[in-house]
Amino acid sequence: MLVALFFYLFATVLIASSVMVVSAKNPVHAVLFLILAFFNAAGLFVLLGAEFLAMILVVVYVGAVMVLFLFVVMMLDVNFAELRAGVLRYLPIGLIVGLILLFELVFVVGAWVTAPQLASDAPTPPPSEVSNTEALGRLLYTDYVYLFQAAGLILLVAMIGAIILTLHHRRDVKRQNISDQVARSPETAIEVVKVETGRGLQ
Amino acid sequence: MAEFWTSYGWPTTLIVMHSVAIMVVLLVFIAFALLADRKIWAAVQMRRGPNVVGPFGLWQSFADLLKFFFKEFIVPAGSNKGLFVIAPIITAGLAISAWAVIPVYEGWAVADINVGILYVFAIASLEVYGVIIAGWASNSKYAFLSALRSAAQMVSYEVSIGFVIITVLLCAGTLNLTEIVLAQDRGLGMFGWYWLPLFPMFVIFFISLLAETNRPPFDLLEAESELVAGYMVEYSSTPYMLFMLGEYVAIMLLCSLGTILFLGGWLPPAQIAPFTWIPGVIWFVLKVCFLFFLVSMVKAFVPRYRYDQLMRLGWKVFLPISLAAVVIVAAVLRVWQHGI
Repeated sequence: MLVALFFYLFATVLIASSVMVVSAKNPVHAVLFLILAFFNAAGLFVLLGAEFLAMILVVVYVGAVMVLFLFVVMMLDVNFAELRAGVLRYLPIGLIVGLILLFELVFVVGAWVTAPQLASDAPTPPPSEVSNTEALGRLLYTDYVYLFQAAGLILLVAMIGAIILTLHHRRDVKRQNISDQVARSPETAIEVVKVETGRGLQ
Repeated sequence: MAEFWTSYGWPTTLIVMHSVAIMVVLLVFIAFALLADRKIWAAVQMRRGPNVVGPFGLWQSFADLLKFFFKEFIVPAGSNKGLFVIAPIITAGLAISAWAVIPVYEGWAVADINVGILYVFAIASLEVYGVIIAGWASNSKYAFLSALRSAAQMVSYEVSIGFVIITVLLCAGTLNLTEIVLAQDRGLGMFGWYWLPLFPMFVIFFISLLAETNRPPFDLLEAESELVAGYMVEYSSTPYMLFMLGEYVAIMLLCSLGTILFLGGWLPPAQIAPFTWIPGVIWFVLKVCFLFFLVSMVKAFVPRYRYDQLMRLGWKVFLPISLAAVVIVAAVLRVWQHGI
C-alpha cells in the first residue's frame, strides 16, 4: 500500500513537472522543473528496486548534465513570449511529428516479444540473491561487453569532436607555463646586490 | 488497525525518532565545530578568537544562532522571490539528508542501503544547486558570477572524487558504507585501513573535499576581495544561517565520508585492550574531528587559489592521476587475487 502511495506521488509530480517544463514562462524555471522531473523518475526507479539506476540518474543527469544546462540557460537571454507567438503557425507540423512518434511507440510496444533464449535462463536474478549493482555489472561486462565498449567509444569520439571544434591555439597570447614557474629557484629568480650609499645602482 | 501500526506505524515512528536524534546531535556538533574552526584560525594568527560568550566562548555559536533568528529577512525587490527563498532550504536540506546513510557505528545508520556511497555522492553533487539557484535568483552581478564559478568548480572536482571513490570500492568490493568499513578490519589495526595503500588517493580526496565544499583555498564563490560574498551577498538573517549551516554540514559529511573510506570508520586503531575499551562511536567522532582540524588548518595558512589554477588542478592534475590510479589498483587487485 505504501509503495502504491509513493508511486502515485512520484508519478503525479513527474507528470506535473514535465508539463511545467514545456509551459513555464521562464527558461530557468523550465530547467528546474526538468530537474524535479528527473528526481521523481529516480524515485520511481527506487520503487522498482533499481536503486543503482536511480542513483546514477541523479549523479549523472541531475548532478552534472543539468548543472551545465542551467549554466548555459542562465547565460542566454531567451524570450519565451516571442517564441510563443509562432506556436499556431507550427502547430500542425508539431502535431504530425507527435502523432508519428506516438504510432511508432505503439508499434514498438505492440510488437514486444521476449527473446526465447532469455526466457529460458532467467536474465534477471532475484534481488535477494544478487544485488542490483552486481547484476548490472555482470550483464554489462560479460554478455554485452563489446556493445558497452562501443557505446563508450562513440561518446569518446563525440567528446574529441567537440574539443577539436572549439579549441583554438593562438600563438600571439602569452601563456603561463606552470612547470617553468615551479622550476624556478632563489638562485635564478633573485639577485642580491650590495648598494653603496649615495651611489645607487648603475 | 493494529496490523497497520505494527507494519507501518511503528517502523515509521522509529525512523523519524532516529532521524531527529541524528539531526540534533549533528547540529549541536556543528555548533561547536564552527567555534573550533574560528578558534583554530585565531590560534594560528595568534589571536584569541571568540572568547566572550560563556567560558572560552563556548556558547558563541548559540548566541550567533539567536542573532540570526531575530534579524529581519530582506528579499531584494528585483529578485526571483520564490527561488530566492527556496535556495537556502535546498542547501541545508540536502546537506542534512545525506546523513541518512552515514554509519557512525555498525548498524547505526538510519538507512543501511546497498548503494550508500552512491547516495552520498549523488547528494554531494546536488549541493551545487543551492548555490546556483541563490546566485541566479538574487539578480545581482556578484551573486551571479559566483553561481557560474560554482557550477564549473563543483562539477570539476566531483569527477576526481568519483574516481577516488571507485579505487576504494575496488578494494572493498561493495557499495555499502558499513561493509566498506568492515572490509578495512584486516587484523592490522590502523595499518589495514585504506589510507596507507591508497595514500595518494587520500590526499586527492582531501583536496577535492576542500574544493567540493568551497572551503579555502578554493572558496572562490565567496571570494571577498572580488565577489564581496558571492552567492550569499543578498542574504540576511535565517536564510543566510541556513547557507552557513549547509556548508558546515557538507564539510562534516565529506569528513565522515573520508573517515569511512580511508580511516576505518568506527574501528579502533589497534585491536588491543586500551583501544577496544573505547566505544566505536568515539573513534568515529575523533577521526572526523581530525579531518576537520586539517580542513580548518588549511583555511588558516593557505592563500586563495586563482580560478584558472583551480581548474588546471582539477582537470589536468587530479583527473589523470585518479584515472590512472583506478587502472593501477584494478590491475594490482586482479594480479593479487588471481595471479597473472
